[in-house]
Amino acid sequence: MEFTFSDEQQQLRRSVREFAEGEIAPHVMEWDEASHFPAEILPKLAEMGLLGVIFPEQYGGAGLGYIEYALAIEELSRVDGSVGLTVAAHNSLCSNHIYKFGSEAQKKKYLAPLAQGKMVGAWSLTEPEAGSDAGGTRTTAVRQGSEWVLNGAKTFTTNGHYAGVCVAMAVTDKSKDSHGISAFLVEKGTPGFKPGKKENKLGMRASDTSEVIFSDCRVPAENLLGEEGKGFINSLQILDGGRISIAALALGMAQGALDAALKYAQQRKQFGKAISEFQAIQFKLADMATQVEAARLLVYQAAWLADQKSARFTAESSMAKLFASEVAVRVANECVQIHGGYGFIKDYPAEKFYRDVKLCTIGEGTSEIQKLVIARGLLKTK
Amino acid sequence: MNIIVCIKQVPAKDAPLAISGNWIKESDIGFEMNEPDSYALEEALRLKEKHGGEVIALSMGPERVKQTIKEALAKGADRAIHVADDNFHQLDPLGSARALAAAIQKEKCDLVLTGLQSDDHGFGQTGVLLAGLLNLPHATLIMSIEAAEGKMKLKRELEAGWFQWIECPLPAVLSIQSGINKVRYATLKGIMAAKKKEIATVTRESLGVSAEATQRVEKIYVPVKSKQTEFLTGSAKEVAAKLVEKLKFEARVI
Repeated sequence: MEFTFSDEQQQLRRSVREFAEGEIAPHVMEWDEASHFPAEILPKLAEMGLLGVIFPEQYGGAGLGYIEYALAIEELSRVDGSVGLTVAAHNSLCSNHIYKFGSEAQKKKYLAPLAQGKMVGAWSLTEPEAGSDAGGTRTTAVRQGSEWVLNGAKTFTTNGHYAGVCVAMAVTDKSKDSHGISAFLVEKGTPGFKPGKKENKLGMRASDTSEVIFSDCRVPAENLLGEEGKGFINSLQILDGGRISIAALALGMAQGALDAALKYAQQRKQFGKAISEFQAIQFKLADMATQVEAARLLVYQAAWLADQKSARFTAESSMAKLFASEVAVRVANECVQIHGGYGFIKDYPAEKFYRDVKLCTIGEGTSEIQKLVIARGLLKTK
Repeated sequence: MNIIVCIKQVPAKDAPLAISGNWIKESDIGFEMNEPDSYALEEALRLKEKHGGEVIALSMGPERVKQTIKEALAKGADRAIHVADDNFHQLDPLGSARALAAAIQKEKCDLVLTGLQSDDHGFGQTGVLLAGLLNLPHATLIMSIEAAEGKMKLKRELEAGWFQWIECPLPAVLSIQSGINKVRYATLKGIMAAKKKEIATVTRESLGVSAEATQRVEKIYVPVKSKQTEFLTGSAKEVAAKLVEKLKFEARVI
């Protein structure tokens, strides 16, 4: 058993941390306040290799595994969850769907520019009446000659307004329920495809969450991604990896909130001493640190399993996502509490962590859905 | 243009400071690349990108120094030399410069770059002494390097916002002013590529350099913070005169 990161992994953590503190931290509040998607940071993320972490070098990726990927997401999210989310959705949803299930031609055409960061990607599964329940999917794709015609709308698509390509799920055979859903590659600028309403959110405000709308949107037959009818089944596998990135996202924000609380507790003086000298605060800090460390173990265990290729990691990635996101919510809550009144105002980072972390118990499967996934695994084996 | 950059590993800026003997306690702290040296490395990488050649990172100290060497390789240095010794922090600038000079003399290089000073001891002497030992021209506080046809045009920072342009032949030793450039981050690909790069380890003994110091740190200590309030009494004129006297002769700030 080995609990240490390799020299390269530690270097990666330091480097992404320096990058996040140097390039992202100075703008975090401004982006959050203005709900500004920081497109200007994308070329820098690309230069760092953060937009193609898990893809082979032949496509311009960094050729690394899920441990390195989770480290990168954790460190970005420690400074800004929104940037962590943008990078996570780009890597493990959109790009990974093309990498795992796309043809060689599709990989050359779409994965290469995505991995090199020449464009960002979006991935559209959720609809107003279909989130965790795939059967409610209304968006359809009908084959007409050498084209597919898409109609419908998707909600909560990360990077929807800025994506160069969107991987969208649509019903191709209504009679087959979840086995009648297929994935399609839709390029930005395709007639009939446009991003809709940009959501005004509680947190993660610098990440773009949008509707995407398909109205008689025609894509060539070769834009069917993966096998016809396998779109939803493939999506579930993509979400196994995606959950690791959301778990890492939650972990990074929890660490950020813990760091902020530690710093404040040592600076803030009451009754003639730093509040960190009071046991009431010490107990909070100890609980927070212990929970963060436990979350970290689950996150990197799931990432390690994902890197073993042969092993299944559905339950473990769900456990990591469930636990890390619930921990992040609790830690951010305590971070605000330790800050007292200053935790409630925007001069300190506490309130932003508090708003941002909530996404993690919801996005890419709510905590309740994670429990269903975990229970399903438990009961099947017995 | 082949460039050697001297890089020191120093205690991390956020490391908790605890004193042990005549140095700080190193067992529980993290280490990082000396920040002034990171500007020298960046300048070397930019010169290489412009003129070709190779950048060699040179560092000395115990095994842990490899972490900083790998960072230099991840940022783009082509190979590295590690002068391995556990007692380098005991060395004074002259001892350090002797070891560095001995390692540099085994290489063929056009330019040696150092940072302005180290973030731990802060003597600011190693670069100067190195040039003396190598018998090479030297300039400090370099703000800009324009190399062409075997010589360089250098911009130096002087006091009070003044700059000086000088011409300097190659090879030479230059001490780079901090803040001269924006230091790059190690990219994911750079970090992985560094795994395959050569780190040549040489021992201090094999370079024929003595570990004996020519100067010794007597004592290090954390200055005691004190807060004293003194009320001056008298007329405004008298108080002002007393205040000026105290600021001049006691506080020595005016």
